Amino acid sequence: MRKLLHYMKPYLKECILGPLFKLLEASFELLVPLVMAAVIDTGVGQGDRAYIYRMCLLLVGIGAVGLAWALTAQYFAAKASVGFCTRIRHAVFAHIQTLSFSQLDRAGASTLMTRMTSDINQVQSGTSLALRLLLRSPLVVFGAMLMAFTIDVQAALVFVGIIPLLAAVVFAVMLWTLPRYKQVQARLDRVLGVVRENLSGVRVIRAFGREDSEARRFNGENEALTRLQIFVGKVSALMNPVTYVLINLGTVALIWVGALRVQGGKITQGQVVALINYMALILTELIKLADLIINISRALACAGRVESVLEIPGGMELPSNGGAVGADGSVAFGDVCFGYDGAAGESLSHITFRAAAGETVGIIGGTGSGKTTLANLIPRFYDASTGRVLVGGQDVRDWPLETLRGRIAVVPQRAELFSGTVRENLLWGRADAEDADLWQALETAQAKDFVESAGGLDAPVAQGGRNFSGGQRQRLTIARALVRRPELLILDDSMSALDMATEAALRRALLALPQKPTLFIISQRAASILAADQIIVLEDGEAVGIGDHPTLLGSCQVYREIYESQFGGEGTA
Amino acid sequence: MKQAGAQKETLKKVLRYVARHRLLMAGSVLCAALSVACTLYIPVLTGGVVDHILGPGRVDFAAVAAGLLRIGLIAAAGGIAQWLMKDLNNRAAYRVVRDVRADAFAKLSRLPLRYIDGHPAGEVVSRIVADVDQFSDGLLMGFTQLFTGVLTILGTLLFMLAVHPGITLVVVLVTPISLLAAAFIAHRTYSMFKLQSQVRGAQTGFMEEIITGQKVVQAFGQERKTLERFDELNTQLQKASLRAIFFSSITNPTTRFVNSLVYTGVGIVGALTVLSGGLTVGQLSAFLSYANQYTKPFNEISGVVTELQNALACAGRVFELIDEPARTPDAPDAVALNAAQGRVAIDDVCFAYQPERPLIEHFDLRVEPGQRVALVGPTGCGKTTVINLLMRFYDVDSGSIAVDGTDIRRITRQSLRANYGMVLQDTWLKSGTIRENIAFGRPEATPEEVVAAAKAAHAHSFISRLPQGYDTPVGEDGGSLSQGQKQLLCIARVMLHLPPMLILDEATSSIDTRTEMRIQRAFAKMMRGRTSFIVAHRLSTIRDADVILVMRDGHIVEQGDHATLLQKGGFYKELYESQFAGNLPFS
Repeated sequence: MRKLLHYMKPYLKECILGPLFKLLEASFELLVPLVMAAVIDTGVGQGDRAYIYRMCLLLVGIGAVGLAWALTAQYFAAKASVGFCTRIRHAVFAHIQTLSFSQLDRAGASTLMTRMTSDINQVQSGTSLALRLLLRSPLVVFGAMLMAFTIDVQAALVFVGIIPLLAAVVFAVMLWTLPRYKQVQARLDRVLGVVRENLSGVRVIRAFGREDSEARRFNGENEALTRLQIFVGKVSALMNPVTYVLINLGTVALIWVGALRVQGGKITQGQVVALINYMALILTELIKLADLIINISRALACAGRVESVLEIPGGMELPSNGGAVGADGSVAFGDVCFGYDGAAGESLSHITFRAAAGETVGIIGGTGSGKTTLANLIPRFYDASTGRVLVGGQDVRDWPLETLRGRIAVVPQRAELFSGTVRENLLWGRADAEDADLWQALETAQAKDFVESAGGLDAPVAQGGRNFSGGQRQRLTIARALVRRPELLILDDSMSALDMATEAALRRALLALPQKPTLFIISQRAASILAADQIIVLEDGEAVGIGDHPTLLGSCQVYREIYESQFGGEGTA
Repeated sequence: MKQAGAQKETLKKVLRYVARHRLLMAGSVLCAALSVACTLYIPVLTGGVVDHILGPGRVDFAAVAAGLLRIGLIAAAGGIAQWLMKDLNNRAAYRVVRDVRADAFAKLSRLPLRYIDGHPAGEVVSRIVADVDQFSDGLLMGFTQLFTGVLTILGTLLFMLAVHPGITLVVVLVTPISLLAAAFIAHRTYSMFKLQSQVRGAQTGFMEEIITGQKVVQAFGQERKTLERFDELNTQLQKASLRAIFFSSITNPTTRFVNSLVYTGVGIVGALTVLSGGLTVGQLSAFLSYANQYTKPFNEISGVVTELQNALACAGRVFELIDEPARTPDAPDAVALNAAQGRVAIDDVCFAYQPERPLIEHFDLRVEPGQRVALVGPTGCGKTTVINLLMRFYDVDSGSIAVDGTDIRRITRQSLRANYGMVLQDTWLKSGTIRENIAFGRPEATPEEVVAAAKAAHAHSFISRLPQGYDTPVGEDGGSLSQGQKQLLCIARVMLHLPPMLILDEATSSIDTRTEMRIQRAFAKMMRGRTSFIVAHRLSTIRDADVILVMRDGHIVEQGDHATLLQKGGFYKELYESQFAGNLPFS
């Protein structure tokens, strides 16, 4: 919570003024029983009708001023709580943008989404309530006690006895429920997880006829959530009745003491009524406070969850001196090792190679051999554990990150597009590209035909690009990368959904690009990388062969096996 | 008008759910009545006691003690009733919500794929989770405050009437002002709340997209631009929220002001009545506290009404999902298909995802048991659609598909699908351990069988290298496994329960060819005697198929085995040769 409070800073003024006006309003409310006591004792006691009218006019006046102050307080509270959460939302979103790929892998999109939406909303309503009411209730309670002292010290001691008891009940319930609300939210996360999974895996689940067991799993999670909610609710529901009983016992004690004092002639009957009214005031205040505390407990639980996102350490260390920019699109790896967080072994070990600008490098190897990992080190999506990755002769850790990534275009394995139009998606590559550039990129990516028939650059793209087929999405993501006119282009197995004819045409077009980027092609298919200047053969994270096709055929056993598994028996080569 | 009608419909449905827990509700109302009665009775008692404390030497201690004892007992009873009411409300509300959620989820498994494919997952998730959650909050608040509120108003009216009808009239006359003020404000703020939820919806949609595509955002250095767009929405939301929250929050102080007017009114009239001897001071004090208690529920009820409206709106969205037409149920005379022979006949089938864009037209195919059928053709030609139809994920628009001579629409879906083993290009894994994933289709499989299946799928070696082997947890959506590893697990999943027919839709697209070769051998063994449908881009993997269907734009353009098709020199030959064209450095 402490970390989040920092975002409240610009609203410091509102945070002070809001509760302050609320306090003013509350203190006016405290005057009401006094005035009423005067009405009873002076007005009724002495039969002074004019006095009664005057006092009642005073009551209306007090109400009106209280209203004005309350409105002011509401405004400040709303402004502060909304502003506070707007800033938090900004901070969390901005922070997510800086997370490294491995951190994103670990956090998971669905949790990040709940934290950004429902958790922050809870924090907002909790803050607004706290600003308006949190100070008010204790003030009314203590104010009522003070007022009681002005009436009669002995009677007021009843208040002194009862208030700590009330506070103990309130805090005990709060302390008990706070961690439980966190558990409730976590349970809700799991329910959400099951739903998400059932949507994304609907085909497999139905194909295996597992609908019933999935429903059972969901019902299990759902039931567990319900039970926990009922259980937490049961305990937090104790707060009101217990305080209610305590206060009434207080009233009983108060009346008894009052009776003794009246008998002794120390106070009047009207003053006893006033004392009872103050006790009643405490009761109504505490009922509000109970609701408030339930809400605030929930908000605190949610705030903790939001904060935990912010506490994920920022992704990368950036060069402190602004960085240095490399010369060209050449790439060199010097004894690079890399292991994913929490993984048992290294994903890449001791990789060394050099690729001149404009060269084509093929990366081939078995499933899980480290191909994607190697490519991910070039735009510094991950940092090498040891060794150096150089782009344009400069260590990637010395490049300003944005500049580095601006020179490189990556086409990832998973073809992801964003809702909008084809044009908007392509402009991600380069914001100031002309339509002609876009069409050219589409043509190179073999995407011109279907984009034309879909309605041109303004054709809509649905969320995730789901209105295009897998192969079309891949070609659009390639076009997006080409729009950038990168010095370095990385295709991470991004032609897998294309049929052979399309892939071949695409590859020819890529090789004929006028600006000749350094081209990294990751593929499972030997055919895709045969023509490369240099082929890196990976196996279990090690480079077992580096060289061109004829060399590797002669010298690298693994490469030969891959090649023969694809071309063998046909004699095409 | 229409909106009000829809709201009524929703309310009816909610009430139907609530009715299932009517015992709890009845108990809750009873406890609410009891607690309200106690709460209201106490001021009467207090007033009575105060009347025994007249002045110095004029205090009747015996009467005071008796009164105080009664106060204590009534307070205890009231407290217990209050707690029971809250607990019963909790139970009822959370159970209603559980039922709604369970129904929504149950619906999910009966929805046609057309619906699921056509709606963003985030939207469906937010209906089942977020909307239901909002609904539960509203319902709970409604239960608790509406009952006690209404009962308190009625109760106080009765008590006040009993004490003094004249002053009661003053109270009754002034209170409508507070209601009017609340209604006026609620009416004005409704549109502000609507705007707020619109903006919020837009922002959530944007976030869902960016956060799931975060890696691409970073790869293209779009962080700043997306943050700018986000901030734009965020600022809009800030403005909308501030207005909505402020204007709605003036309700409370305003009604409180009106209440203080009521209080003052009672004070004047009461004091004057005491002067004329119509009322004792104790009664006046009781009356004042009633005036206080009487007005409070109006305050709360106006809040509850907005909350309930919001809850109903959310419930409406959930019910929309629940009421979505389910897929056609299995025919009443549907038969269970046991261990099919694997004779598949497709007759004159037409199908389109969108009526205006026909995809598959007049498709015919006959497959004998044990035959291997390969589907090839350019992207988007309808290969995967054929699979969707075979598995009955979608129903044909016209024509028919029959397995072993029975139209698949007359076979139970469950048994039809149980006869197919399917490996898709989309490598979905559930969160759970590797073992659970492999045993997905046959949870009762022994550990040895699981290992055997993994070995057959060539997944055993990488699984053994994982830190916890077969018990390694797989995160949401496969987590840290590579695409290829996931595909191997999907293959192992099918290897474990070998049904009579197989569908391999790009089953090995993410696996390197060396591993693929070995898997192909396992597949070959697996396919022996089983009717199989294979979709593949790598034509090398389907050379041995008995029938190769070459598809283009939803039609079969060529049909035959590899040799025949090559000889024919048509589209297949073109596709086949393009695999190698332009790649060879030496050509």
